[in-house]
Amino acid sequence: MWDNLQIMFSIPVLTLGMIIDGLLIGGIFALIAYGLALVWGVMNVKNLAQGDFVILGAYVTWWLYGYGINPIFGIPVAFAALWGLGWIIYKLVICRVIEHDLFTSLLATFGIAIVMQQTMKIVFGADEQTIALNLESFGFFDNLLTIQPTRLIAFISAIVLAVAVISFMKRSRMGQAIRATAQNPRAARVMGIDTEKVYSFTFSLNAAICGAAGGLISMIWEFQPFIGLIYSIRAFVIVTAAGLGNLAAVIAAGLGMGVVEQTGAFVFGTEYQQAIVVGLLVVVLLVKLVLSSRRRQVVE
Amino acid sequence: MNSIMNSPVAKFALYATILALGILLPMWFPNYTGQMTVMWMMVVFALTWDILGGQMGYNSLGNIFFFGAGMYATGMVQVGMFYDLAEYNSAAGGGIFNFTFSQYFTGMAAGFVVAAIVCVILAVILGRLVFGLRGPYFAIGTLAIATVVGELVSTWELVGGGQGMSMPNYPGDLGEAKFVFYSMMFVLAICTFAFLRWLYGSRFGLAINAIRDDEEKAEGMGIHTLRYKTVAWSIAAFFLGIAGAIYGNFNNFFEPIDVAFPTTTFGIFMVLMVLLGGKGTLWGPVIGAILFHVIKEVTWTYLLNLQWVALGLLIVVTVVYFQEGIMGWIMRKKPTWFGIRVEGEKQRLGDMR
Repeated sequence: MWDNLQIMFSIPVLTLGMIIDGLLIGGIFALIAYGLALVWGVMNVKNLAQGDFVILGAYVTWWLYGYGINPIFGIPVAFAALWGLGWIIYKLVICRVIEHDLFTSLLATFGIAIVMQQTMKIVFGADEQTIALNLESFGFFDNLLTIQPTRLIAFISAIVLAVAVISFMKRSRMGQAIRATAQNPRAARVMGIDTEKVYSFTFSLNAAICGAAGGLISMIWEFQPFIGLIYSIRAFVIVTAAGLGNLAAVIAAGLGMGVVEQTGAFVFGTEYQQAIVVGLLVVVLLVKLVLSSRRRQVVE
Repeated sequence: MNSIMNSPVAKFALYATILALGILLPMWFPNYTGQMTVMWMMVVFALTWDILGGQMGYNSLGNIFFFGAGMYATGMVQVGMFYDLAEYNSAAGGGIFNFTFSQYFTGMAAGFVVAAIVCVILAVILGRLVFGLRGPYFAIGTLAIATVVGELVSTWELVGGGQGMSMPNYPGDLGEAKFVFYSMMFVLAICTFAFLRWLYGSRFGLAINAIRDDEEKAEGMGIHTLRYKTVAWSIAAFFLGIAGAIYGNFNNFFEPIDVAFPTTTFGIFMVLMVLLGGKGTLWGPVIGAILFHVIKEVTWTYLLNLQWVALGLLIVVTVVYFQEGIMGWIMRKKPTWFGIRVEGEKQRLGDMR
């Protein structure tokens, strides 16, 4: 551990490479977290199946790649497919848990996550898969700093998608309706907004965003049916740290998460990567706790 | 009007039947003793989860942490009292290290005591950390703690790392061992039930119900909420720790991810069983646990590869369509059985019409 830290400080270029890597991956994390924040903020549903939507999107893209379809075209298909699935899940389950307490939605989506994991295992097998595009990586400083082009492509696609979704939320009529519902569902209903439609649209949009993010992940990382939970936890860490409805903070937290995870995996060893993600969640929750207790004292 | 459930004769008959069945069933069906041991463990799981989840309104997803902690505590004590722990685990405990009859049982007794104490201490420490979290944050936080501890233990070489740890072999006939562990688990389940029955009838039960209904108001009325929450969690930890200690010996082997800290199997079963039986009631968790375990054991082999899909669907269906649980449903249909008077209610409804 200390040796690795020493390496990091003695070769700054290597550290820079890790940070860039972390930022590129963090962009995708931010995208997933944005979807979670959307659903959480608008309909108060904590979606624990978030990561499994991502992995399903990855499988769709990977499956199409098996038929020779380039991931760039596979990702829109994953987007559309997950949109449909999100709509079905909303109609079957989510629309019935919105009025219940928060734990209900957590548990119901946990059940959905288990069903999705197991179905993916039966359909696609339990092996680790990835799309190997074999593009030549860019090297700088005598190849001490390498940037993999797939990660760059994934990062840029994530930005394009994020910009599209955000401008949709800002400009379009539906986006306005969604934001109005998030602020006050009762008032939105009074103003003639069909909140039921807004909810189903939001949940489908979230699933679709996750599907596209999964398509991007299929190009840069290996995935298997049971890895979804760790993506859900990442999204929870980011949203908990950033708070709802604060877009800039979500992006910053997502990028930060990517950097912390990459450097942490280097310092402690890759076998600790999952423990780092979950440990970060504990840390973020504790920090939140300390902050909130301080606020309580101020009120007193 | 005397209700069926409240008449002392019926109660006595019910308890006597359950006790008799608990003793007689393993004698009638000795081949299923193992499954029945796990069934009583499930009852302990459901009862202890309901202390927080049903009675206090704190839905934990990480209670299974104490199960694993108890298992590891007893394992370390039972082996560490007589042999070098690191040496034992690097040899994977296989056959080389023998325990005499007295060594085995003194070690086990000490292990159970230590497991219970360690779990209570852990509950007090963790309670300080997590009880400021509310609602979903509490659920996610406890889940995270159980998961991260499982990951960390699997890199701790002293207790066997990811390979896990074999427990000492039972000194004697293996058929006899089955009944020994069965009776331990049965007694634990009965003790848990009896203790919680007393507890829910006491002031403590009222206090944690007040916390569930409105924590701010409860605090305003002078209930020291953090102390009550910590004690409630310690009680759950105490029984879960002993259950873990017994299960570790019963299973003869454990490893961190799938046996000791199984957040996605036993950890989620606890919640499901309580919801199925009806949370916030004394009998609900017992009924839910027995029903769930029996159904699971009977159908598991016929479902081929679809067991886990079916389990996930069961979670979704229970949560979405059957929130009240079996006890809640009976209470709604037959309130007079529980001594709840409904005439006034009907009259008022009639007046409103």
